[in-house]
Amino acid sequence: MEKKKKLDSKEGQRLLKQMILIRRFEEKSAEEYTKSQIRGFLHLYSGEEAVAVGVIQALTEADNILCTYREHGHALARGVDPKAIMAEMYGKQEGCSKGRGGSMHLFEATKNFFGGNAIVSGHLPLSVGMALAAKKQKKNNVTCCFFGEGAAAEGEFHESMNLAALWQVPTLFVCENNQYAMGTAIKLTHSVQQLEKKGPAYGIESAAVDGMDLLAVMEAADKAVKMIKEKGKPYFLVCNTYRFRAHSMFDAELYREKSEVEEWKKKDPIPKFQEFLLKGKLITAKKITEIEKAVDAQIQEAIEFAENGTWEDNENLIRFVYSDTESI
Amino acid sequence: MSEMIKITYREAIKQAIRDVMQNDERVFLMGEDVGNYGGAFAVSKGLLKEFGSDRIMDVPLSESGFTGAGIGAALAGMRPIVEVMTVNFSLLAMDQIVNNASTLLHMSGGQLNVPLVIRMGCGIGRQLAAQHSHSWEPFFAHVPGLIVLSVGTHEDARGMLISAMQSLDPVILFEYTFMLNLEKEIPADSGTVEIKKAKVLREGNDISLITYGAGVYKCLEAAEVLGQEGIEVEVIDLRVLRPMDEETFLTSVKKTHRALVVEEAWKSVSISSEVVSRIMEKAFFDLDAPVERLCGVEVPIPYPKHLEDASIPQVSDILEKVNKMLKP
Repeated sequence: MEKKKKLDSKEGQRLLKQMILIRRFEEKSAEEYTKSQIRGFLHLYSGEEAVAVGVIQALTEADNILCTYREHGHALARGVDPKAIMAEMYGKQEGCSKGRGGSMHLFEATKNFFGGNAIVSGHLPLSVGMALAAKKQKKNNVTCCFFGEGAAAEGEFHESMNLAALWQVPTLFVCENNQYAMGTAIKLTHSVQQLEKKGPAYGIESAAVDGMDLLAVMEAADKAVKMIKEKGKPYFLVCNTYRFRAHSMFDAELYREKSEVEEWKKKDPIPKFQEFLLKGKLITAKKITEIEKAVDAQIQEAIEFAENGTWEDNENLIRFVYSDTESI
Repeated sequence: MSEMIKITYREAIKQAIRDVMQNDERVFLMGEDVGNYGGAFAVSKGLLKEFGSDRIMDVPLSESGFTGAGIGAALAGMRPIVEVMTVNFSLLAMDQIVNNASTLLHMSGGQLNVPLVIRMGCGIGRQLAAQHSHSWEPFFAHVPGLIVLSVGTHEDARGMLISAMQSLDPVILFEYTFMLNLEKEIPADSGTVEIKKAKVLREGNDISLITYGAGVYKCLEAAEVLGQEGIEVEVIDLRVLRPMDEETFLTSVKKTHRALVVEEAWKSVSISSEVVSRIMEKAFFDLDAPVERLCGVEVPIPYPKHLEDASIPQVSDILEKVNKMLKP
């Protein structure tokens, strides 16, 4: 892998740690699911780490982030406390959404992290509105909206692209094309599978990038964010990627061959980035082991925090329906 | 008592919009044809010139897109008014309203408010046939998290929007287009109105007429006629369809011991279904006669005038029904 961006050792290690944290957090989540500690739908991000980490590193704290229901990785990359995320998945009051949302609805307003949206494509119009507000308020922040290629077949995707371009608002649309809309392959859902071609139809500058390559995603995202901040226009970035695990914990994966998954695993973004760091002498093998240990400890701490969390009383059931019932 | 002025329903709404726009620079109006056309029903005529295109925004025919953008802008600190030209097109925005506007406060554990007002023209009586004559107040009133208001009088046309704009939660405002040209007297200093309570518009001891929206003036007219016959009718405008104020109509029923609920929406699973249920649950032993209902006939609204008239309660139907209930 070529070195595409000047990375210092500290930043390289920070990003590697994020990817390892996401991977191991997801593995642990699956384990907790089988122990029935986590329930409902659980969608894991394993394999796609380079997308969230590569894009979010290009953003500042003032930039808004909206995600899909496969958003643990984005929350972690944004710096939402793993303890609060795990507690949320346990349904405990100490969760980042006070236990009301679960795995699919992680929110952290203080970090401008706006979910956790589980109707495919439903959050795209929100991202355009947030960018519109920024324009009206003369703020120079970007609203970054992650969604899958399944969302790009929805009407709300097309309405949002048109509105963002029409209004010239600072939205970064990031399509995480993991090749399957649940269990239906992209060739069965899109007449044009090079999704980046859909941007220019709306007058939106677009690019596609190898979403398994952290450095490539970083470079593309840096470029996109720079353009948006300079021109105040939207940008459409397609990251071609792959999820290593099933769509959700209910998925028997009848729609794809194991060999296909194995092929993609050869492109695993984590070993690839590790190799890059080792070759460039930005990290040592010993340091990698230390990071892995630190991550494991952090996750263990999150599990204990979630286990020790508290259940909300039934008498508080109708809290948060209206603002005046917020603080019962 | 303050001086009374004559005003049309249209002018009352327009003055309310102008008021909120003048008083809060975060407010903007967006909707199809609200700007250059002057509003499909001329409600916003002249406002584009007065406030400019950043605050009176014409939008493409993308109900889901621009309603969602309104939600996003509200999340990001603006105070948008979204006009969905007529309720008939609102189902295209239903995903945004039901899955986003109404849920975000709860899913985020109280972190996110959606201070958004969505105005919709509605009502029957202009021979617009099945796809343009819907009464969908019950659809929206079904959803926790929404505040659903029905503008049945000129005083509320002047005041409800102003009050709704002070809400931190999403408000759906139903306006009745057949009343736009209707002139009535309201106090010259009309402004904010109560938006948590129903209102007794006429007091009487013989029977309670409970209604909202398009039924309000019909019931008042019927009450006037019945008054001349010596029947004292109490007329209640529900106004707030969610969260419903039951206290006002229960108090009335406990006084009159008889109730007739009048609405234009289809009878089954309607607002009147809810009102009647609550009377059964909480005032059954105060009743001297079964509660009755006059509602929309369950048919897609037909085009010919005589059939259209036959599909919804008319003043003559109310007179006949009240007479039957009181003089069996």
